[in-house]
Amino acid sequence: MPDLALSPEEWTAIQLSLRIAGLATLASLPLAILVAHWLARSRFRGKVLVDGLVHLPLVLPPVVTGYVLLVLFGRRGPVGAWLEQTFGLVLSFRWTGAALACAVMGFPLMVRAIRLGIEAIDPRLEQAAGTLGASPAWVFATVTLPLALPGIIAGAVLCFAKALGEFGATITFVSNIPGETQTIPAAIYAYTQMPGGDAGAFRLSVVAVIIALGALVASEILARRSGTRAQPE
Amino acid sequence: MIRFDCQLDRRDFRFRVAFEAETGITALFGPSGSGKTTAIRLLAGLETAKEGRITLDDRVLLDTAQRVFVPPHRRRIGLVFQDAQLLPHLDIRANLTYGRFFTPRDERRIAFDPVVDVLGIGHLLARRPDTLSGGERQRVAIGRALLASPHLLLMDEPLASLDAARKMEILPFIERLRDEFGVPIVYVSHAVEEVARLAARVIRLENGAVTAAGSPAEVLARVALASLAERFEAVSVLSAPIRRYLPEYGVTLLDHPAGEIVVPGHIPAGQGEVRVAIRATGVTLAVGRPAQVSVRTVLSGRITAIDRNDSPFAIATLVLPGGQTLKAYATRLAFDALGLDIGDDVQALIKAATIDERSLSILPPG
Repeated sequence: MPDLALSPEEWTAIQLSLRIAGLATLASLPLAILVAHWLARSRFRGKVLVDGLVHLPLVLPPVVTGYVLLVLFGRRGPVGAWLEQTFGLVLSFRWTGAALACAVMGFPLMVRAIRLGIEAIDPRLEQAAGTLGASPAWVFATVTLPLALPGIIAGAVLCFAKALGEFGATITFVSNIPGETQTIPAAIYAYTQMPGGDAGAFRLSVVAVIIALGALVASEILARRSGTRAQPE
Repeated sequence: MIRFDCQLDRRDFRFRVAFEAETGITALFGPSGSGKTTAIRLLAGLETAKEGRITLDDRVLLDTAQRVFVPPHRRRIGLVFQDAQLLPHLDIRANLTYGRFFTPRDERRIAFDPVVDVLGIGHLLARRPDTLSGGERQRVAIGRALLASPHLLLMDEPLASLDAARKMEILPFIERLRDEFGVPIVYVSHAVEEVARLAARVIRLENGAVTAAGSPAEVLARVALASLAERFEAVSVLSAPIRRYLPEYGVTLLDHPAGEIVVPGHIPAGQGEVRVAIRATGVTLAVGRPAQVSVRTVLSGRITAIDRNDSPFAIATLVLPGGQTLKAYATRLAFDALGLDIGDDVQALIKAATIDERSLSILPPG
C-alpha cells in the first residue's frame, strides 16, 4: 500500500495545475464566446477556413502546437520579443506560458460547445428583441448570452478539464520546471521516469480523478440550474 | 401612413409589391407563398430589398436608391410572430416591459396598466412563458409589442397556431387595440373570416404581386372561376344593424334592407352595424320565395353579372336593395335549368351554419 500523504512538491503541482487551468479558461472565455457567436450567426466567405483554424489544435499533434508557441512566443520569437519589450511579459518557461498553451489546446472544445449552445437559440427570438428596440449589442447581452449559458458552462468545463490534462504542448513550450511549470500530468510523468516514483504517480493520479469528477459534477449542477431558466417555450 | 414599394428576387420567387396603408387595420391577404410574410419582414427591417422604398409617416425606413436602411431596433415597428417568441428566460412582466426599456421616456405613449387590462393578462405577470397556454402567450406577445409604443404594429398570422376556440378568445382583443390605442396595424392572414372582421382595407397578394386592394367587400368578393382554393375563399361582406337577439335559440337577427339575416351567436344590440362575411359557396339561389325550407335568411336581389367559363361552376353577382352586392356560386347546370340571366330578380338563401362567428364584427357608427 503506497503512502497516501501528499508531499509539498505534489501540493505545489496541484495548486499550479488549478491556477493554470483557471487562468486558461477565464482568459479565453470572452474570446471563445465572440468567436462562437461569429461562427454561429454570421455568414461570410472563408468561414470554413476560420472554423478549421480554430479546430486545428484539436487534430495537430500537441507537440507541434507547443513548438509553434515556442517559435512565436519564445523570448526571441516575433510575438514573444514584442511582448517582453512592450509589457515586460515573458511567457516561455513561466506558468503564464503554460496557461497560454492550455488555453490554445482547450479553445476548440470551448468554442464548439458554446457555438452549439448559440445555434440552438431560435434566431427569431433575437429578431423579436430587435423589433422591440434592442440594438445588436443589447440583444447579445440580454437574449443570446443568457440563453446560451448552458453551452457556455459546458464549454468552460471542457476547457478547464482539457487544461488540467494538457501535457504535450505545455511541456514543449514551457518545459517541466517544478514550482513554475510542473503541472499534475508533468509531475506524474517525472515520477514515472525515476526509480521508486510509483507511489507519487499513484497519489497524483487519484487527485487528477477527483478534480476531474468534481468539475463534471459542478458543471452538471450549474447547467441544470441555468437550464431550468433557459428552457425554450 | 405607410408607403411600401419593394422588389426582390429569390430562387423561384419574384416579389414586386407596392401598397399604401393608413390608420386602422390593413390586411395582407393571400395564399401561402404569396409574399405576405416577406412584406412584413421588409417592413420590420429583418430583410432588405434589392430595390425599394419604405416610408412611415415622414420617416424613410428604406431607400435603396439613397442607400438608406434603418435597422429593426431603430424603426419603432412592433412585430407579433405567428408563435409568440416570448423570451423564455424572463417572466411575463419582464417580457412585457422589455421593449419599454428601450423606448425613450418621452415616447412612451402607451401605459402598462391599460394594455394589461385590455389583454386580460394581469394574472400572468409573475409566470414563466412555458407555463402559459398558446392563446395567453399570443396575448402577451401583442402586449409586449404595444408597450414599446410602436408607430406601426405588424401581426404575422397571429392566430394561425391557435385552435378555433383560442382564436375566438383573441379576436376581440385585437379589435379593442385597434379602437383604443390608435396604432396602425398591418395584419397578415390567409383566413378570410379574420380579414373580413378586422380589416378596414385589404391588399390581396398572389405570387409576390398585388392583385387587388380596397375594402374587404370589394377585395374579398373578387373571385376567379379557375381556382379551387378561391371558391372557398370567395366572400361577400354585408353590413346591417342589429334587430334583436333570440336567447332561446342563440341567434341574432340583423335588419338588412334585402331581408332579415340570421347569424349565430349573441351580439348585444347597440349602436352601429354588424359586418358579416358570407361565403359565396354558402348562398343558394331561388326563383320566387321558397316555402318550407330550413334556411331562415332569404334576401331578394337582382342578378347583375354571371361569370362562367368551362369549369363546373358559375358565379352570380347580385345587387341587393341598399346597394350591397352578394356573390353566389352554383353549377352551370343549375343556372341553365332555372334559366337565370342578367336582370332577373332572385331570392338568395343563406344557411346560418355557413356563417363563421369569427367573421362578425361590430362596426363603430360612422
